[in-house]
Amino acid sequence: MIELKNVCKSFKVSKRNAGFKNAVRALFKREYEIVHALRDVSFSIGDGEMVGYIGPNGAGKSSTIKIMSGILTPDSGECVVNGRVPWRDRAEYVREIGVVFGQRSQLWWDVPVIDSFELIKDIYRVDRVTYRKNLDELTERLALSEILRTPVRQLSLGQRMRCEIAASLLYDPKILFLDEPTIGLDAVSKLAVRDFIKERHREHGTTVILTTHDMQDIEALTERVILIGKGRILSDGSFEDLLKKGKSGGTVEQTVAALYEELDI
Amino acid sequence: MNLYFKYLGILFKSRMQYKASFFMQSLGHFIIAFTGFAGMYFLFDRFHAVRGYTFQNVLLCFSVVTFAFSIAECFVRGFDSFPSLIRSGELDRILIRPRSVVFQVLTSRMEFTRVGRFLTATVVFIWAIPRCGVDWTFGKVAILLLMILGGVAVFSALFMIYAGFSFFTVEGLEFMNIFTDGTKEFGRYPLSIYGKELLLFYTFLIPIAPFQYYPFLYLIGHSDRVWYGLLPLAGALFLIPAYAFFRFGLKRYVSTGS
Repeated sequence: MIELKNVCKSFKVSKRNAGFKNAVRALFKREYEIVHALRDVSFSIGDGEMVGYIGPNGAGKSSTIKIMSGILTPDSGECVVNGRVPWRDRAEYVREIGVVFGQRSQLWWDVPVIDSFELIKDIYRVDRVTYRKNLDELTERLALSEILRTPVRQLSLGQRMRCEIAASLLYDPKILFLDEPTIGLDAVSKLAVRDFIKERHREHGTTVILTTHDMQDIEALTERVILIGKGRILSDGSFEDLLKKGKSGGTVEQTVAALYEELDI
Repeated sequence: MNLYFKYLGILFKSRMQYKASFFMQSLGHFIIAFTGFAGMYFLFDRFHAVRGYTFQNVLLCFSVVTFAFSIAECFVRGFDSFPSLIRSGELDRILIRPRSVVFQVLTSRMEFTRVGRFLTATVVFIWAIPRCGVDWTFGKVAILLLMILGGVAVFSALFMIYAGFSFFTVEGLEFMNIFTDGTKEFGRYPLSIYGKELLLFYTFLIPIAPFQYYPFLYLIGHSDRVWYGLLPLAGALFLIPAYAFFRFGLKRYVSTGS
């Protein structure tokens, strides 16, 4: 159970104009602009739900994920996940969540994938038997057997993403956060990732929160979609209902783009 | 502790993927540290003693500080290169793993090429120990070890403070090198040769004198206060404010966003 109530978060962004003179001036007097990344964000997600979290770049998706995973502390508001406040008892809380950042790796770059997995097993204190079982299952489902012995730096992006997802499931997290897991993947890899997430959700009842810009991810995976724009939650419901709000006709992508424009986000 | 060695293993394996680079860099560090030694050699060849300290006396200082600094640089590298941990988003990853932040920062980087400096320090040690005029007893060897450990603690604390600063500004942290590298350079000679003010500064503000100067005076017989030998422990207390400062920065940490 994930519950967010009136979560607000703002960042100070320092600003200066280009040029040497301004750079010197900025040394002495900094000018800041307050960016409101999240304003009054509230939603709740039940156990075993699969939710898409969409919105244009800079809308506040990543900030929300970071708050839910305990990396950021909100300025105000409440966030309770499985009865815990993420940024308090951090160490215990994160044991129950898996986080995949599509743009960043959690594997050790220069060693074979399996070495990273073994280390993750020890970091999370997973016992041998459970680890073996999970590893076998993930290896089979994500077709990893060929690549487990390859150093991460030599994997293709699609192969790496499969390993990243496996790495965050080795310790049976109850909740899985996926931040743009299909970014930059080719069609085949995308499908493989989607199928796997679907299966995992169905068979293990893992709660999945997925951010993406790929509307096909949303179509294929989620029943419920939360739309965020300029830090506010704009809609929360089924994807079809969301599409109905936009102008009809055209592809899903076009409809969503039109919707973003219309909402001025 | 077991996990620490596993991290160490994986980092070492990673490093060994680039063997040539590893050996070249280690050699480089050996040479750099060795030129420092050579500089002192030629200086003393001319002047024989500095403020009553012989060359062999000073070498004891040199090797203690070089030892301590290279150990700290090797194993506390994560704090020493903390800004890159923030910039690359690795810190975010650290925060979502169920282990202490300090432990994970320590195990995020290790700089094995410092083995080069380590080697210089060992060579100098081996050469200087029988010649520095110290009547070595078990207790004195213990003090020497304590000096090195105290040094590791103080340098680690300096790196930690450096890391703490990088929470507030990621750029322009070079000024901190005055305290880290600068301290290492100063520490090659007994601190009293720089004058009283600097000695006070390095006793109370950046406590390198407690591990480098006072116990050294006792070892070479310039002082008969045995408790000087325990001062490295007091210097190690510097870790406490350094850690507090790091925690303070961490609390304020605002992720760079992606």
